[in-house]
Amino acid sequence: MSLITVTSPHATRSGNHTGAFMRQVVYATIPGIVVMTWLFGWGTLFNLMIAIPAALLAEAAVLKARGYNVRFALRDWSAVVTAVLLALAIPPTSPWWLIVIGIIAAIVVAKQLYGGLGMNPFNPAMVGYVVLLISFPLEMTRWIGPHEAPSWFDSFRMVLASANVDAFTGATPLDSFRTWAGNAEQLQALPILHGEFASLGWEWVNIAFLIGGLYLLARKIISWHIPVAMLAGMALIALPFWLFDDARYASPLFHLFSGAAMFGAFFIATDPVSAATSRYGRLIYGALIGVLVWIIRSHGGYPDAVAFAVLLMNLAAPTIDYYTQPRTYGHHRAKRGATR
Amino acid sequence: MTDYRKITLDGLWNNNPATVQILGLCPLLAVSGTVVNAMGLGLATMMVLAGSNLAVSLIRHFVTPAVRLPAFVMIIAALVTVIEMLMQAFTFELYEILGIFIPLIVTNCAVLGRADAFASKNPPLPAMLDGLMMGAGFLAVLLLLGGMREALGLGTLFSNMSLLFGPMADSWEIVLIPEYRGFLLAILPPGAFIGLGLIIAGKNVIDKRLKDAAKRREAAEPKTSRRVRTTGTVA
Repeated sequence: MSLITVTSPHATRSGNHTGAFMRQVVYATIPGIVVMTWLFGWGTLFNLMIAIPAALLAEAAVLKARGYNVRFALRDWSAVVTAVLLALAIPPTSPWWLIVIGIIAAIVVAKQLYGGLGMNPFNPAMVGYVVLLISFPLEMTRWIGPHEAPSWFDSFRMVLASANVDAFTGATPLDSFRTWAGNAEQLQALPILHGEFASLGWEWVNIAFLIGGLYLLARKIISWHIPVAMLAGMALIALPFWLFDDARYASPLFHLFSGAAMFGAFFIATDPVSAATSRYGRLIYGALIGVLVWIIRSHGGYPDAVAFAVLLMNLAAPTIDYYTQPRTYGHHRAKRGATR
Repeated sequence: MTDYRKITLDGLWNNNPATVQILGLCPLLAVSGTVVNAMGLGLATMMVLAGSNLAVSLIRHFVTPAVRLPAFVMIIAALVTVIEMLMQAFTFELYEILGIFIPLIVTNCAVLGRADAFASKNPPLPAMLDGLMMGAGFLAVLLLLGGMREALGLGTLFSNMSLLFGPMADSWEIVLIPEYRGFLLAILPPGAFIGLGLIIAGKNVIDKRLKDAAKRREAAEPKTSRRVRTTGTVA
């Protein structure tokens, strides 16, 4: 019998662990990609096909300029994850240059200028998204109406030749809610709010990302704290306002299953680099993202809010960690905010 | 003996108010959306800096340390009021665009900083040169940032220069990219922060290159006067 001598901790898997984790995140987006392609046409896939090579190129260029081993560093798949998340966040009808600009903002500015993987204070994909949203508000709010998916050729023309897409675009549930909030009759008439559950596109998108998120939980890629806290925070603050005045405020269920709620809770807010790290801190971090999403959706100037909420809480994450240091085993409870 | 060359270099490069002292960022970031705005505010700040440094230097022996800061602020405020009225008289449209940021030159830390750190300790001529050069350094960064943001955000350069230089400047506008759709981020405040960050980084890169090159030159010089010895030193 021969024993293998290895140093502790005993390596059970070989290879690049960051890469293995990141690949799982990419796999977990597959249900969402499938549903989005089914509902919104091939644009999502075209965006992904442009985003991933663009991200790898941008990452490789900066890594080379910084004197890193490009081949090795690219194997961590982090650029691919950023590219996939950004490509899923922007409208499937957007022209090709939109995603390229977003990728450059995400990879070069938000990630590499701050020191690369593990050093970025902000979620790169969301920085790219917000740069696009405030720079190109027209393109970034043109979502396709549910069940009106264009053919692959129309999608191709929209993405690569910037063809006119107005024939396909329509208001998302969050847009409609924004338009009609406060007008009780119109709001009651909207099928999105009072129709059959999961009857419309956006609920399916959210369910697909929820399934992907549960897969990530099952594989222990993410912990439950941030997603649960975020969704609970959003639902709990939405509930009393909805009960009090359902003409002005949407129901918790509507908030949970529209826009980027599930995508944000499981894929965006859980970014291990820019989120809070202690367990208690993660609960606070997630809950405050949920509350911020509800506040901005209900009272802000933009229809959806996950990107802004996540970026704002990224800013707060170091402070949250500072005040929620866990007790070290065998030691007394650390004083809140003690530097030691 | 005052080193005028050093004062000039300090203001323009080595101790540039915007990229090294990081002072006066509020107007720098707020009005650098186009070249003409940047130039208007940069010129105004330069005039205030030169004037206030001269005045502070002239009265430096007659103001006690205890009351020096209020006295300096009064001088700066008076000069800013003069500049503001001049702009109102001669470049009214630009005055309207720059708005609150002209009176806010009073609170520009670079102005009070130079008055206290340099002008109150030096004779009038070097003090005025220091003010001019610090102002020129500030203006240069403003112009660079304004140019970057205008080119990226609007696809033009030197548009509306007639606001500052009269009708003859109408033809100065350069359209870099015809039918440009515009990149709003560059015009909005984040563009200013990112742009200034890149300018500061660029300056540091150049400084590092220069330093490395100087070090290499020093190392390459043959040291003829040194003899190889294993013990002791050459007498």
